[in-house]
Amino acid sequence: MRFIFKTRYDQDIQLAKHSGHVWAYSLLLLLLCLAPWLIEEYWLAQLTFVLIYGIVGLGLMVLAGFTGLFSIGHAAFMGVGAYVAAVLSGHGVSFPVSVTMAAGLSAIVGAVVGLPALRVKGIYLGIATLAFGFIVEEGLARWESVTGGNAGIHVKVVSILGWQANSGEKFYAVCLVLAVLCTLAVLNVLRSPTGRAFVAIRDSEISAQSMGIHLAYYKTLSFMMSSALAGIGGALYAHKMQFISPDQFGILQSVDLLLMVVIGGLGSVHGAFLGAIFLITMPQLITLGKDFLPAFIGQAPGLQAVVYGLVLIGFVMFEPMGLYGRWLKIRTWFELFPFYRKGMFKRQKSFQKSDRLK
Amino acid sequence: MSDILLSAHDLTVRFGGVLAVNGVSFDVRQGEVFTLIGPNGAGKTTVFNLISRIYTPTSGHLNFLGQRLSDVQPHAVAAMGIARTFQNIELFEHATVLQNLLIGRHVHNRTGFWSQMLFTSTVRNAERATRQKVEEVIDFLDLQHYRDTLVAGLPYGVRKVVELARALSTDPKLLLLDEPSSGLNVEETADMAFWIQDIQHDLGITVLMVEHDMSLVSKVSNRVLAMNQGEVLAMGEPAQVQANEAVIEAYLGGSFDAANLRRKG
Repeated sequence: MRFIFKTRYDQDIQLAKHSGHVWAYSLLLLLLCLAPWLIEEYWLAQLTFVLIYGIVGLGLMVLAGFTGLFSIGHAAFMGVGAYVAAVLSGHGVSFPVSVTMAAGLSAIVGAVVGLPALRVKGIYLGIATLAFGFIVEEGLARWESVTGGNAGIHVKVVSILGWQANSGEKFYAVCLVLAVLCTLAVLNVLRSPTGRAFVAIRDSEISAQSMGIHLAYYKTLSFMMSSALAGIGGALYAHKMQFISPDQFGILQSVDLLLMVVIGGLGSVHGAFLGAIFLITMPQLITLGKDFLPAFIGQAPGLQAVVYGLVLIGFVMFEPMGLYGRWLKIRTWFELFPFYRKGMFKRQKSFQKSDRLK
Repeated sequence: MSDILLSAHDLTVRFGGVLAVNGVSFDVRQGEVFTLIGPNGAGKTTVFNLISRIYTPTSGHLNFLGQRLSDVQPHAVAAMGIARTFQNIELFEHATVLQNLLIGRHVHNRTGFWSQMLFTSTVRNAERATRQKVEEVIDFLDLQHYRDTLVAGLPYGVRKVVELARALSTDPKLLLLDEPSSGLNVEETADMAFWIQDIQHDLGITVLMVEHDMSLVSKVSNRVLAMNQGEVLAMGEPAQVQANEAVIEAYLGGSFDAANLRRKG
């Protein structure tokens, strides 16, 4: 068990709470930097997808996990970002500009979608964002002069001032840099007054308001930040896929994103990335497992959907804190061995019992 | 007039057919502890919700330091220097005690979103200053032990104190306490009484509270306002109000009823 003896306020402000954090995250970053030399190309591509979905997941985590607003149309923001990047890079715009524009436009769209969030909450907000998702998908399909309609659009490779990310390794590097920057930005916001205001709104709107937090402003801000991150993720997604069409940003993608943050663990930044790892590796595991299953199960269509559904139900019932919560428990078990008690995390099960302001 | 912090003029609130508050007027003076008492449903909490702008009065108005509260946005009330606690504790459950108190400092935040995202040295210094202020409150209410505990895991009595601490973190001029002693045991209530006195005398904060525990009321309050059915029954010193005929009748029923209850013969 590690006891942290606090002597300065900075110890609570710093991102790394103790030397163990410094070690662990430096090692992780080192491994990620060396990944192109350590793993094969196929797995590097999967890791790239983990980073891309991790960025989108971060966005949804800010909104759902930290502000308590659920969006069932988040793929639409991804779509906006993806198409902005695709169209701009088609016109020869440099990647840093196009990704900024993708984030910016997604944020503006997010602000517009966030407007109903000021009035409706819970399931009704879910329905509003779901409807928005359909509108965007339909809009992308119909605006053929720009988006190419249902036929889709080809995306050029990332180019930054003449440098072309024309290989898997180079594009992986771009994704890694952006993922690290986005994560740091989110962590910084979360440890400052804005992040605390988000958490306050999640836990009790009425007392957040009486503490002087402008609900409309912070809810809109959360929506904007969340959709900007989804836009960045979408832009990277477009460059990775090299071909995008509106149906990639439909309801199924949105559900996948929501699944990702719930399974990863709502209310934790780790959860976004753990969820992304889950989302990317699960189809591979299912494919691997198919051969070991009897043919009538293994070859049945929709096996993946069933497995996803079962896993989600399992998590909601047995581990509402997600993969990150499970990791916390395992870590605590080792730290406290042999004094871990079963009920230690029990009280945190009642997630989001918030009294919403009328 | 200069020593009047908050004044209510002829406040009336109607929820459909229910007249929750009917023509209530009172003044809260700078530096005093002013208590609202009355049976359940008397409209005390409604008055609180009017002051913190959760409701808007149907007619009548509230003045705080010369400014009409109905002109102020609900979230801006805290920035004017009014902080409150809730009857059924409204803390941020999934945050630590320290984070709860830091949220209390929100109105004093002067840093912008972009500098927070980059966590510039201005933000870092502001965070340190915020923490310093919060530590003063933690010391004042003896919460050191619970600093890093999640609120969700705290016993009721401690949560009550944390809520008081969060309200104090905002550096208020007027502190609204909605039933500070409800759910507390005798010892905790005595502590609460001391703290309210300290808040009044040491911190110089004016307190407006709703309270049912008459021993606490008479111990700490300078003046008491008794309400029933949304109307003012009596106002004055605690002892004076407790002796008031109308107040006794509101709590215990009229002498006519009492006489009828007595066995005849």
